[in-house]
Amino acid sequence: MTLPAWNELTVHEALARLEQGDLTSQELVTTLLGVIRERDQQIQGYLEVDEADALRQAAAADQLRKQGHKGQLLGIPLAIKDVLNVQGQSCRCASHILEGYRAPYDATAVERLRAEGALFVGRANMDEFAMGSTTENSAFQVTRNPWDLQRVPGGSSGGSAAVVAADEALAALGSDTGGSVRLPAAFCGCVGLKPTYGRISRYGLTAFASSLDQIGPLTKDIRDAALLLQVMAGHDERDATSSPQPVPDYAAALRKDLAGIKLGLPREYFIAGMDAEVEQIVQQAIRQCEQLGAAISEVSLPLTAFAVATYYIIACAEASANLARFDGVRYGQRVKDAIDPLDMYTRSRAAGFGTEVKRRIILGTYVLSSGYYEAYYCRAQKVRARLRADFVKAFQQCDALLTPVAPTAAFRLGEKTADPLQMYLSDIFTVAVNLSGVCALSVPCGFTSAGLPVGLQVVGPAFGEETILRVGYAYEQSTPWLERKPGRFL
Amino acid sequence: MSYLADIGLEVHVQLQTRTKLFCGCRTDFGAAPNTLVCPVCLGYPGSLPVANQEAIRLTVLTGLMVGSRINSLSSFDRKNYFYPDMPKNYQISQYNQPLCSGGALDFDFQDQPRTVRLRRIHLEEDVGKSIHGSRQSRLDFNRAGHPLMEIVTEPELHSPAEALAFLLALKQMLVYGQISPCNLEEGNLRCDLNCSVRPEGAERLGTKIEVKNLNTFKGVHDALQHEIERQTAALGAGGKLVQETRRFDSARGVTESMRIKEEEHDYRYFPDPDLPSVTLAAELVKAWAELLPEMPRARCARLEREYGLPAYDAQVLAADKHIADFFEETLRQGAKAKAASNWIMTEMMHLLAKSEMDIRRVKITPSALADLLKLLDAQTITAASAKTIFAILFEKGGEAVTLVAQLGMEQVSAEDTLERWVREAVARNPKSADDYRAGKEAALKFLIGQVMRLSGGKANPQRVQDLLKKQLE
Repeated sequence: MTLPAWNELTVHEALARLEQGDLTSQELVTTLLGVIRERDQQIQGYLEVDEADALRQAAAADQLRKQGHKGQLLGIPLAIKDVLNVQGQSCRCASHILEGYRAPYDATAVERLRAEGALFVGRANMDEFAMGSTTENSAFQVTRNPWDLQRVPGGSSGGSAAVVAADEALAALGSDTGGSVRLPAAFCGCVGLKPTYGRISRYGLTAFASSLDQIGPLTKDIRDAALLLQVMAGHDERDATSSPQPVPDYAAALRKDLAGIKLGLPREYFIAGMDAEVEQIVQQAIRQCEQLGAAISEVSLPLTAFAVATYYIIACAEASANLARFDGVRYGQRVKDAIDPLDMYTRSRAAGFGTEVKRRIILGTYVLSSGYYEAYYCRAQKVRARLRADFVKAFQQCDALLTPVAPTAAFRLGEKTADPLQMYLSDIFTVAVNLSGVCALSVPCGFTSAGLPVGLQVVGPAFGEETILRVGYAYEQSTPWLERKPGRFL
Repeated sequence: MSYLADIGLEVHVQLQTRTKLFCGCRTDFGAAPNTLVCPVCLGYPGSLPVANQEAIRLTVLTGLMVGSRINSLSSFDRKNYFYPDMPKNYQISQYNQPLCSGGALDFDFQDQPRTVRLRRIHLEEDVGKSIHGSRQSRLDFNRAGHPLMEIVTEPELHSPAEALAFLLALKQMLVYGQISPCNLEEGNLRCDLNCSVRPEGAERLGTKIEVKNLNTFKGVHDALQHEIERQTAALGAGGKLVQETRRFDSARGVTESMRIKEEEHDYRYFPDPDLPSVTLAAELVKAWAELLPEMPRARCARLEREYGLPAYDAQVLAADKHIADFFEETLRQGAKAKAASNWIMTEMMHLLAKSEMDIRRVKITPSALADLLKLLDAQTITAASAKTIFAILFEKGGEAVTLVAQLGMEQVSAEDTLERWVREAVARNPKSADDYRAGKEAALKFLIGQVMRLSGGKANPQRVQDLLKKQLE
């Protein structure tokens, strides 16, 4: 028996069918679980899927719908990056150190999605503690790119992007500290949104770098990204860095033209060293935006060259403190027979953390150490303030910026694991957005001759989500990229 | 050669907020282990701190009471070190920008006014408790995240006794300001100290030695005494001191080295990215300042003025906020000022000292005391009966009127009853009667006492004296 391809629907398409009664959540979830069983052996996007629990949640949603309940996401299954707390589920951040930990509470974003009827079917793989650009740093498994199983899905939200691209999920949540939603979205050919810092509460998002982290949706189209953002956005009294700024109606901002929109091309983002094919695809996308009515001009973000260094200093400094709590005392893995607390810490952490996580903790500890603090951490904060000012200035000249998401399309598994610096350069076009706290999204904008997707990054000012969603939507609706599906792994 | 000691204190004060500094857990003392905890104060993955505004207000009020500069912008920092009872393995504290800078505390020492300048007052979170067993340690995180205010003095104290006087004055102010209950036995007040000695006349301070985590005022006093003796002896013998951190062994009364300067932690302070800077508008601080509670000196003056108390009484009562509170409540229940003052200063304080109790925990209520004093004033009972009843009220509580009735302590003024007791007393003590007749006044006092004894303390003493004199004429 062939199941109907409910799994290929977008969230808003599935909702329409659920509302019309053409589909039940149980049918949708059953189909999805079948597809996961079939495909995820190859993709390895999920760390855990609790089938019985997913079906139980779906049955409850169907029951609610029968009783006349409405919810903006009633009956919609979602994949959740392993970094977000969902009450009762494991939340290991793809790390051995959190083995055995079960979340005792819902993250605020999860709580809001749940309140609108969403279901949480599985834990998506990621780079350990969101540190990485390929998902190869997961302690448990290597996720494959659905478009080419020998290639990486990008990271750190690689599991989320891969399961959405492979139609093993309708949509997923990721987190973006330096590009961790946008890069895998670009590599896997889906939409990835990094909202403005403070737009979505971070409560319940296991912290990597607190001043940079944001939760973001990975979806099959822009409308779904707008919908998930709508549900999650808004002030949360449990997160002092969440913004009290009112939440607009994002769907209402979606239009099919770009009349009156001014788009800037930051000179420093179109540089030598970029893959020629990727550059040409992005240039084509820019011309498409112009055709849709946008005015294109060049702008400058002069400190771009310092963004990666600045990012790694600040992100690692914060991570070194954020990850100190994983000590084996209250939850997670603890070595047996420790002779004293120091022995317990060092051995539990040595066994529990992977190489990249250790590298960043050591780097972060170093830049905060007395004698080095001024030269590294303080200076990085000064550069960060200047970077932020550059963005503010750029947005005085235009409504949004267009850039590539990454200098290349998805690369081969293992290609960059030996050289962390090369790996860090995959983030060259994404990290400045986090340092500046502004918003950005990645929207598919074509394919290389090898059939790999390429992403266009649309960057907006703080709380400019309506603008970037409008740009992304108009572009997406005028191009055929969404129709293509990765097929070769089937 | 004689040496001078320079002492500075870091006083950690638990603030009397209802909830913890960065979450909504209650701050009750004595709850079962790990029952007042949540993902935030346990440092669970993904949890975030949100600052308690009341804790900020209490810290600012303290700053206002000692004339600190209230910083319009302050921030929280992470202090990084590993310890099992610290859930996040960093403590949220304030480093570069505390809530309050500067200020000074005035107090009396050996009847002389003294002023010690303060360096800063900042806010931080408390850690949990480790309970060490022989083979394992257990952890209780109920205390983790309690708001802790740290007051840092300049090294301007010079003796253990002076440090003690400073601490008592500080405690008095904090209790008056309703900043902290300052119960030492509940760990509301803990001290680190630094101490150095230098030859008399030398300008530069000597080598600084820190002593950590003293939980009692006696501990502070004894640790200082020991340190000063130890350092003076070392220098006197021509030795040198190294900068170090020590701990105090209260059982042996000595300090011992924990770590030398080179082994100090590098705390790697940096601004906590989870907490926005605290901005305090001048108008807000002004509004808080207007609600500052009355301080000991002001209350002392008011007790004198408002109730016509002698200066001595006012001073004794105002020394302890809760005693002064009890006094004023007794007056509100209808007692006369001087009588209430006398009874609180004598009977009450005597029994408090004897039972080592805090006035907030006694059974006698201000209204019971007021009733008792009214009965005494109306001569319904004698002073002797009143004392007996006071002791019962103190220990067991209850109503004065009920007790008087139950114990049959109404004063007896009936002429025939009194005369019967007087006759009996004289008959039993003929020698005393003769002595009085021979002009010995003291014998009369003895006979009055005998009558009172016969009456079980209920006889009206004035009437007894009149009747005795008549009888012996």
